[in-house]
Amino acid sequence: MGAPVELILIRHLASRLAVPVFVVDRAGDLVFFNEPAEAVLGRRFEEIRSMPFDDWTIAFLPSEGDQPLAVEDLPLVVALRRGIPAHRAFGIRAGDGARRTIEATAFPLLATGGELVGAVAMFWEIEGA
Amino acid sequence: MRVTFWGTRGSIATPGAETTRYGGDTSCVSISASDPTHLLVLDAGSGIRRLGLRIGQEVTRIDVMLSHLHLDHIVGLGFFAPLFRRDLSITIWGPRSSTPLLDRLGRYLSPPLFPVRLRDLESAYELRDVPVGAFDVGPLTVTAEPVIHPDPAVGYRVEGGGGTVAYLPDHEPALGPAFPSDPWWTSGADVAASADLLIHDAQYTGQEYAERVGWGHSSVDDAVAFADLVGARELALFHHDPSRTDDQVDGLLAAAQRVRSTVDVVGAREGLSITV
Repeated sequence: MGAPVELILIRHLASRLAVPVFVVDRAGDLVFFNEPAEAVLGRRFEEIRSMPFDDWTIAFLPSEGDQPLAVEDLPLVVALRRGIPAHRAFGIRAGDGARRTIEATAFPLLATGGELVGAVAMFWEIEGA
Repeated sequence: MRVTFWGTRGSIATPGAETTRYGGDTSCVSISASDPTHLLVLDAGSGIRRLGLRIGQEVTRIDVMLSHLHLDHIVGLGFFAPLFRRDLSITIWGPRSSTPLLDRLGRYLSPPLFPVRLRDLESAYELRDVPVGAFDVGPLTVTAEPVIHPDPAVGYRVEGGGGTVAYLPDHEPALGPAFPSDPWWTSGADVAASADLLIHDAQYTGQEYAERVGWGHSSVDDAVAFADLVGARELALFHHDPSRTDDQVDGLLAAAQRVRSTVDVVGAREGLSITV
């Protein structure tokens, strides 16, 4: 089964944006992140292609202060599971080994019929944090 | 299944001497199958008027499947004679939206745009949003899938008698991120997969498309590439641009047939019937 048209269109849009964008499908599996996101995450999308929910939610070791950030508190997971926008600043360990602090805003993708087809996070690195 | 074209033109009806062979009426295709009392109709462009005049008394149920609600796909509804017959059961299906189908269609079928209101129609009609997944319509199985086109729009897959017809009259798969290399990331690929007959948007030349990216339509070359990608057996070029003369459609068709492709290509024209 192919991607819902809403995911196809959001990927198309994300590939043309300068802001980092991370897209998951309705199951929460990673389906795309764009080039600006690659720079922050330290990974190339073409090397990953896709990643199950259980993997990407821990792959970047999200943290808040000195403590790990619970998976259910990640903005993208909140957006996906509760169907509401979510925003948070937290730390990650990027694929290149660097620790970075990012600020992420996530929102659910609800199609015109109201069905959830995925979720999107847009994020920024907080320089000097 | 017997597939008959009643309107093949895109955007606006174009009657005139230069469009007599492919026709000037806008989108309408009928499909009849094993049950002579049932008729499936794809879209209600101006071509549905002539179809309505030819539906006999043996037909007792009609399902009209709207791909979307742009005017060239619904303009014929008010002139569809069966809607004024009390002995007929008619269901009009449309893509889901946050606004009920009744309200959306009612904007057109009400004054001041049209003198007759929906509630004044005499047939036992019903308006329904297309469901998610496959559903049975008379002797046929239909699947609707949202596709790339401005405003809610779906493509249809119709299966029956061992054959499959895919109908994507207004569709811009080239707007996807991986066209034409990856079916998973290609709009409409599921409904069109391995179709015996693919009826697909072919409104533009390549040069015209380059100037109209995002308008929701395809070039002839992209229609062929899409048909190849999904493994369709036969492609009917559809939704001819209103500025296109018969001779120009002939030229585009000939060019499409010269492309190295595994697909048989025909130009959809009014009156053409294809058995699937």
